[in-house]
Amino acid sequence: MTDIRYLAPRTLDEAVGAFAAAAGAARILAGGTDLLVQMRNGVAKPGTIIDIKKIAEMTSIEETADGGFRIGAAVPAVALAEHARFGKVWPGVLEAINLIGSKQVQGRASPGGNLCNGSPAGDSVPAMIAAGAVVTVQGPNGRRSMPVEAVPAGPGRTNLQPGEIVVSFTLPPRPAGSGDAYLRMIPRTEMDIAVVGCGVSLTMAGGVVTAARVGLGAVAPTVMLVDTAAKALIGSRLEDAALEAAAAACRAACKPIDDKRGTIVYRTKVAGVLLKRTAAIAAQRAGGN
Amino acid sequence: MSKLHIATSINGEPVEFLADPSASMLDALRGPLGLTGTKEGCGTGDCGACSITVDGRLVCACLMLAVESEGHEIGTIEGMAQGDHLHPLQQKFLEMAALQCGICTPGMLMASRALLEKNPDPTEEEVRFGLAGNLCRCTGYDKIVRAVLETAAEMRGAA
Repeated sequence: MTDIRYLAPRTLDEAVGAFAAAAGAARILAGGTDLLVQMRNGVAKPGTIIDIKKIAEMTSIEETADGGFRIGAAVPAVALAEHARFGKVWPGVLEAINLIGSKQVQGRASPGGNLCNGSPAGDSVPAMIAAGAVVTVQGPNGRRSMPVEAVPAGPGRTNLQPGEIVVSFTLPPRPAGSGDAYLRMIPRTEMDIAVVGCGVSLTMAGGVVTAARVGLGAVAPTVMLVDTAAKALIGSRLEDAALEAAAAACRAACKPIDDKRGTIVYRTKVAGVLLKRTAAIAAQRAGGN
Repeated sequence: MSKLHIATSINGEPVEFLADPSASMLDALRGPLGLTGTKEGCGTGDCGACSITVDGRLVCACLMLAVESEGHEIGTIEGMAQGDHLHPLQQKFLEMAALQCGICTPGMLMASRALLEKNPDPTEEEVRFGLAGNLCRCTGYDKIVRAVLETAAEMRGAA
């Protein structure tokens, strides 16, 4: 690693200013669990590293007045696990974030980094999409918000504008009867990259699904929202026909690759299987609320 | 760029050192700080040999820049024993031969302590999941898992 500048600004404005001034030669450091590995193997050669963890907004978890949550982009996974309320309201998002790497990695790894790393297999992203999370970004032209699913552009790429930094995720308040879940398929029991990842969030009333969102990962160049699967669930009592229709919608949305973890055929089939299993867990949690 | 002056705390002692901006915490510990108990295995966060704590949370020293330690509390394997008095986990690892080559041992001990602090009565499965980030090429893990479970039982009895 060569001549690198390290900056740890105290305010977001300073961070945005430094990031813009570096004109593409800087990298944002949140947890660092991807960046340091990329620097070590030469994939990333930043001239400047901008550590955002000294900015309070980036590292705090707040319950909003309406009952939602605002999570700073650099909050480590372990802080979400330690939070008294977060995992009760969004168990699926928490379990997704807590599948990223080992306990050691979770001590640093952040949802902002997981999203900006741009991996199609990032575990927190399908769960965040299912949750309807909105990201707030700030750049030289000010602040804007977009749904999480609008951020990934392809493997390792995002739709952020030059100089923009992800600041936080906002998760909406949950109506009564809501539940979410995340499942991934991996060849091992722990510490692996998703072959398929599926996040489902449901709201139910009297046994009928009134709202649903489905996020799918590792089966296309980007993690994606699968609206057609959600539509197949809404209005149903999660009967076999509705679940099969949603599973078929997931399979239809897949554009996976063949690689050492799974073939196109396998990933596509598993996407449908995971949708059914994940929806069942989300429904059970919705009933328990 | 020149080195940065870093003030931190390591194993409860205030420490100041100069860090290259690109140096990892592992580089700093094993280099200028002379704390070679923390081992380098993979250098990419996969093996857990370099496990330390930052403000009480378990992390890989190889996935952290040394300059990030400014103002934080770092814990390393050197802080585990109190003088000549070994931590119960260290004592049990010795008694039960829960090591062979020893490279993974400091990380295993740091991770085991972090696990037992959160969960004093873990099941075998919980120990195995808790140590999933620590690789050992020698023991087959069984002796390590048994040592952690026995230590947990003894510490509960002593509490």
